[in-house]
Amino acid sequence: MKERTKLLLIVGVFVAAYYVPWGHPVIRQSGLEAFMMLQEYARQHVLTCLIPAFFIAGAIAVFVSQASVLKYFGAQAGKFLSYSVASVSGTILAVCSCTVLPLFAGIYTRGAGIGPATAFLYSGPAINVLAITLTAKILGWQLGLARALGAVIFAVVTGLLMALIFHKDDAARTAGQIYVPDEGAKQRTLLQDSLYLLTMVLILVSAAFAKPAPGSTGLWPAIFAAKWHITIALLIILGLILKAWFTKDECKSWVESTWGFMKQIFPLLFGGVIVAGFMLGRPGHPALIPEQWISSLLGGNSIWANLIASLAGALMYFATLTEVPILQGLLGAGMGKGPALALLLAGPALSLPNMLVIGSVMGVKKTATFCGIIVIMSTIAGMIYGAVFA
Amino acid sequence: MNIKVLGPGCPKCQQTEKVVKEAVAEAGVPADVEKVTDVMKIAGYGVFGTPAVVVDGEVKSVGKIPSKEDVKSWLGK
Repeated sequence: MKERTKLLLIVGVFVAAYYVPWGHPVIRQSGLEAFMMLQEYARQHVLTCLIPAFFIAGAIAVFVSQASVLKYFGAQAGKFLSYSVASVSGTILAVCSCTVLPLFAGIYTRGAGIGPATAFLYSGPAINVLAITLTAKILGWQLGLARALGAVIFAVVTGLLMALIFHKDDAARTAGQIYVPDEGAKQRTLLQDSLYLLTMVLILVSAAFAKPAPGSTGLWPAIFAAKWHITIALLIILGLILKAWFTKDECKSWVESTWGFMKQIFPLLFGGVIVAGFMLGRPGHPALIPEQWISSLLGGNSIWANLIASLAGALMYFATLTEVPILQGLLGAGMGKGPALALLLAGPALSLPNMLVIGSVMGVKKTATFCGIIVIMSTIAGMIYGAVFA
Repeated sequence: MNIKVLGPGCPKCQQTEKVVKEAVAEAGVPADVEKVTDVMKIAGYGVFGTPAVVVDGEVKSVGKIPSKEDVKSWLGK
């Protein structure tokens, strides 16, 4: 950080401390909401949802071979395969922001071309494990599922459209040697790796199992009643798997990469929850921004509400996962379900800073087309979702 | 000798730069360590994954933080 930036920061904090009317009832209420929301996250989401999800993300980063995926992005790769791999590979590759942009530039200039490159660029940040899990846990499984499905479908459609529109200059790319990360030596079979990941996913699902609606009978209440027993049994199985199939070094690098994600994401999420709580409050509790504004702008399921939501999502920068508390606040303040999905689909993949970088790689015209396609599709998807779940 | 560390500025890339600089200092080889952060330039090397290390135009490692021993072996020591 430059010295001048530090000074500006300190002056900014001072001015805020000096002039903000902290004693005003609305400000007091907002401040209280910020911490109430933080507590809600700490009590309900951190232990049962976020921590298991971090371990899963860590395991994917360490144990799933990136090389096996990257070979489908080479210039010789089959079209069908490269699109399908691009649309889902975000789960594996994009857990770290280090990978997304360089990889996009690589696929675009040297590899499979603009179609798969833009498909990957979109799906990367949109469908990572952490984001989908947290969306489903906090905003409901319908929205989580719609987000996951929407992201995969959008990735393919966006990629195909881009390839179609810019068909001609796809031929002008330079071919050359490409380098992918080394394939690590494999000690386990695919089945063993899958069982290991599956056990962790089941732990996440059972620990985060929501209380079924009162009065419901059958399987769900039974699972809910036994969820801690199931979770503990699964943890024992995970322990046995680790002991039998994994070396000490592997366990260590797994824990290290999990810790890396936690260090990177928790502070951002902490800030995001505080800001969302301060501005928007928990559902049913008003805070700084009046609820009428939000429900008049983003309520219902009109084309305008959806368009505004997807445009705002496209321009705004959401640090990893912070879109979830912000959306929770917006929904509580009267945002419609359709616009919520529109914002989720356009939001994480696009932001103003990110557009500038994409622009430097593929030029203004293509970037504008890419953003335009996503905003329009998000709006449409939001309207469909809003109509179905209204 | 010219060493380039390719990476857009994520924590792993900074760590790689640190490892490379330490290895160069310990080996006592005269070498320039250069950081490349421009994604287009990175793509120009054909690397699909960062951090990557390029020694005298040759791609040595991709997508991971190399160990100090690895870096020294690339320096010819």
